[in-house]
Amino acid sequence: MSYDATFRVWRGDADGGGLQTFTVAVNEGEVVLDVIHRLQSTQAGDLAVRWNCKAGKCGSCSAEINGRPRLLCMTRMSTFGEAETVTVTPLRTFPVIRDLVTDVSFNYEQAARIPAFTPKPREADGNHRMQQVDVERSQEFRKCIECWLCQDTCHVLRDHEENKAAFSGPRFLIRLAELDMHPLDTVDRRDAAQDDFGLGYCNITKCCSEVCPEGIHLTDNGIIPLKERVVDRRFDPLTWLGSKIGRRPKG
Amino acid sequence: MTATAPRGTGGVIPGRGDGGPAPRRAAIPERTLRTDRWWVQPLVTVVVLVLFIAYSTFRAFQNAHYYATPYISPFYSPCITTRCEGDSFPEFFTGPSWISPAIYILVLPLGIRLTCYYYRKAYYRSFWLSPPACAVAEPHRRYTGETRLPLVGQNIHRYFLYAALVFNVILFYEAFRSFRDETGEWGHMGLGTLILLANAVLLFMYSISCHSCRHIVGGRLNHFSAHPLRYKAWTWVSKQNARHMQYAWISLFGVAFADFYVFLLATGTITDLRFF
Amino acid sequence: MELERHEYDVVVIGAGGAGLRAAIEAHENGARTAVVCKSLLGKAHTVMAEGGIAAAMANAYPEDNWRVHFRDTMRGGKMLNHWRMAQLHAQEAPDRVRELEDWGALFDRTPDGLISQRDFGGHRYARLAHVGDRTGLELIRTLQQRTVALGIDVYMECTVTRLLTGRGGGAGDDGAAEDGGREEVTGAFGYWRESGRFVAWQAPSVVLATGGIGKSYKVTSNSWEYTGDGHSLALQAGATLVNMEFVQFHPTGMVWPPSVRGILVTESVRGDGGILKNSAGNRFMFDYIPDFFRKETAETEEEADRWYDDKKNNRRPPELLPRDEVARAINSEVKAGRGTPHGGVYLDIASRRTPEYIRKRLPSMYHQFKELAEVDITAEAMEVGPTCHYVMGGVEVDPDTEAACVPGLFAAGEVAGGMHGSNRLGGNSLSDLLVFGRRAGLAAAEHALRRTGRIALPDEDLADAARAALAPFDREGGENPYTVQHDLQQTMHDLVGIIRTAPEMERALERIAELKERVANLSVEGHRQYNPGWHLALDLPHMLVVSECIARAALQREESRGGHTRDDFPATDDEWARTNLICSRAPDGSVALTRQPLPQMPAELAEVFEEVSAS
Repeated sequence: MSYDATFRVWRGDADGGGLQTFTVAVNEGEVVLDVIHRLQSTQAGDLAVRWNCKAGKCGSCSAEINGRPRLLCMTRMSTFGEAETVTVTPLRTFPVIRDLVTDVSFNYEQAARIPAFTPKPREADGNHRMQQVDVERSQEFRKCIECWLCQDTCHVLRDHEENKAAFSGPRFLIRLAELDMHPLDTVDRRDAAQDDFGLGYCNITKCCSEVCPEGIHLTDNGIIPLKERVVDRRFDPLTWLGSKIGRRPKG
Repeated sequence: MTATAPRGTGGVIPGRGDGGPAPRRAAIPERTLRTDRWWVQPLVTVVVLVLFIAYSTFRAFQNAHYYATPYISPFYSPCITTRCEGDSFPEFFTGPSWISPAIYILVLPLGIRLTCYYYRKAYYRSFWLSPPACAVAEPHRRYTGETRLPLVGQNIHRYFLYAALVFNVILFYEAFRSFRDETGEWGHMGLGTLILLANAVLLFMYSISCHSCRHIVGGRLNHFSAHPLRYKAWTWVSKQNARHMQYAWISLFGVAFADFYVFLLATGTITDLRFF
Repeated sequence: MELERHEYDVVVIGAGGAGLRAAIEAHENGARTAVVCKSLLGKAHTVMAEGGIAAAMANAYPEDNWRVHFRDTMRGGKMLNHWRMAQLHAQEAPDRVRELEDWGALFDRTPDGLISQRDFGGHRYARLAHVGDRTGLELIRTLQQRTVALGIDVYMECTVTRLLTGRGGGAGDDGAAEDGGREEVTGAFGYWRESGRFVAWQAPSVVLATGGIGKSYKVTSNSWEYTGDGHSLALQAGATLVNMEFVQFHPTGMVWPPSVRGILVTESVRGDGGILKNSAGNRFMFDYIPDFFRKETAETEEEADRWYDDKKNNRRPPELLPRDEVARAINSEVKAGRGTPHGGVYLDIASRRTPEYIRKRLPSMYHQFKELAEVDITAEAMEVGPTCHYVMGGVEVDPDTEAACVPGLFAAGEVAGGMHGSNRLGGNSLSDLLVFGRRAGLAAAEHALRRTGRIALPDEDLADAARAALAPFDREGGENPYTVQHDLQQTMHDLVGIIRTAPEMERALERIAELKERVANLSVEGHRQYNPGWHLALDLPHMLVVSECIARAALQREESRGGHTRDDFPATDDEWARTNLICSRAPDGSVALTRQPLPQMPAELAEVFEEVSAS
């Protein structure tokens, strides 16, 4: 059941690099990460790749396979023909450190900017009470494994480095949506979403949803509802008029 | 200091926006390494939308063949001037004869489709190539998305939804009226009746499955459990919302087909299949 | 030498559940705190925990309380647990879970709006707070977001290679007056994985929260990070390890295809109704009920099936026996030739629950089998077999403060020993992280703030640590580290696995000695920047030391108990029931083993075992 596959792997660092071709054995049931590991242990001991759980749960082994952002551990070799050349490159949106490893610190900087969760006080018996239907929407976004594939594929960041100053990317828009829909949270993040995190940059072309390995509906369930919530506050003339003449409470 | 320790990342250097790698990113010259035919989908979208626009523009300006008793083309419904063919909607005013009655109402159905979250995705990708497909570099040097005029205007989508819902009612009203025969007697039904009815249903489903509608019926709430009815409505609309794209396309074909059917009747090319 | 230096009160090594919880507590107690982790923040092995957090909150069963949880834990560990740790754990777990909600966690709910709790092996009542089957992710994300919100410094992708120790100055009330000049912790030394550059942290308190050792085994649910570096660092710094012979093999890991062999299949599958069958279609667990658990286990399939809906009048299905029992049973079935074609047994939930229920309760299992094995678990049975999952043994600590015997050194989570005895119950790990992570952080902060006197990191120590780290680059033509790692994993798998015998373990120790020599001659290619070959070369000595501890302790314990099964001594032994094995570093650098009596449980706690089994 084994065969020899042709792999093209990008090797290099910030100063330059290119695709290097390898011929490597592939066995039944393997995923791309297995093959990368075989390259490491047999042909290229210093081939840099980031990985942890190898079960699609930690989101470390993000890279691009045949041009598409994917988790190396969740891409089965059986999805390619035996004669097909498999091209593996690092995430394009972030600075490369070495080979398939990129510097994703942009994402951690954005995470630190999110206005923190601020709960209302517990009930008298020391518990918070929430119904399942109230937590389900935010739970979907908390499935996020922070693999940064959505950040990588989003053209706003991918094709425009300069937008990183104004747009924090789909991951953090759904984080804001998660907090905004959280039944216990007391902070209004709608203005921040629009002004500080660049919600308006998103043109809902949905590549983030296509690429999410957890199947989170980032656009339909997170970003668009967040846009609608911002409309409530900022672009709905009725709400605006209402707040001007003081009929509706602000915020 | 927060979270991450310094990594010596250096300053952020503006990207080139031409698909080439920004400094410090991996040097990969190809715009994309995708091996599939990623350009098929945007191409199909462009072709279909251009065909629809061409046809609907022609028909809207044609100012003829939009009424064949008892059917009125959805492009001309509601027909609100005294110059309208047939007796359809309350006639509000008399406009210059060279202006097609379709023009007065066109902006509303056009508006909901133009600002629709699904169509935005479709035309940003296919017409504006921003991006043409996922992980394929877009050709623009700068990108500001929907942050400034005119695109910030997309945020008024919900007003077009309100208008569209009014239109939906009118289309049902017109479909209902097509249960009358040429003489105005109730108890008629032809293929045209079914087509107008189907068109009204599809357009209604398109409206009701819209993202703004989903927000308004319940999405804006944070405590569904306190609003069981709205939660139910939201759950139902959410289910339809998952098919919003399908409704968007089917209703688009549907409305064109309904118009074409009326056109064929009005020009006498065919006669209506009459059930009773 | 190029070296980046930092100064903190508390340095936490490891950013899993225990590390982050410790850091949060230390920070909130006024200590300048840093977290150092080998991976990116939020990728720690805690994300792999699926089932839930065991805490006697009594949301599902009002009868549940900490005493029942304490008793379940002790019985699961075959009474070898440190009673005080098991007590603190059972008492404090509910508060630790509730506090996660204040930090944004969203657990699944009961109809009353409280935190829902699910059944798990060895727990008398449904008590695992959970979010589907991704509870570990929820825990790590919550703690990570809290850590970030508090502004704690995190050194990501940074590996600690050595704990720094020095002759103590004055350590407040740590008893320094008597043994002044005792070795105490002064900081840690490591390198950035990204650049290979060296870093030193100067700190009076270091909390080890590095997790486990699974990567020494061939079939494991653990990631590359689990190299036992915390165990090894502690040992080298002069601390002691306890219970190292007890390694938990999770009964249900994936067995097919080969590349995913060992990946965990959560116990929740069984908690939610899944059963184990052999190739003949028999529900074989009924044949493996040990006397110790006979009273509380169902005898017929009918009773077992009734239990899911009526727990009061029925006893638990044998599939939910503690993990060591189930793993041994599966092992025996496969050995007896009743296994699946790929050497496992069948885990079947498809024929017992609706597809909707399965997808709702076990979304990531559904996804995992669909994506990795092309198996639809709502329609077919899974093939599963034992996989190395957890080490019960670890740094010997004071139960209340998690302080190791080296002043300034603390350990929490999997790297600490004692809490779980000879076998850990499912769900007790996440609660362990929270309870003892918090206690370790608190004690570390107190120790740092109490400590007086300047800490010095002598240049020669730092230079020595750097030299040791760079040694693999200096050697040429040496062996490839990947081969050595592979041989070690094979050795541990074959010779110190689930079922052990004296001759095999003696052979293992010989091989480990050979591997040590090979590790001393490794060489790596390339340069220091993000070089996985080099990283592995530095991890291997840790893996070897830990493997040696396991093999030596396992050879000496001549009985079978919990996670330690001897083919040549299949029964439990009363003498060993009172004895712990302690590993320490001998002056010549090898592993020394001593016996130590088990701490005595106070009478009022011993009563728990009477009262609960009577009820």
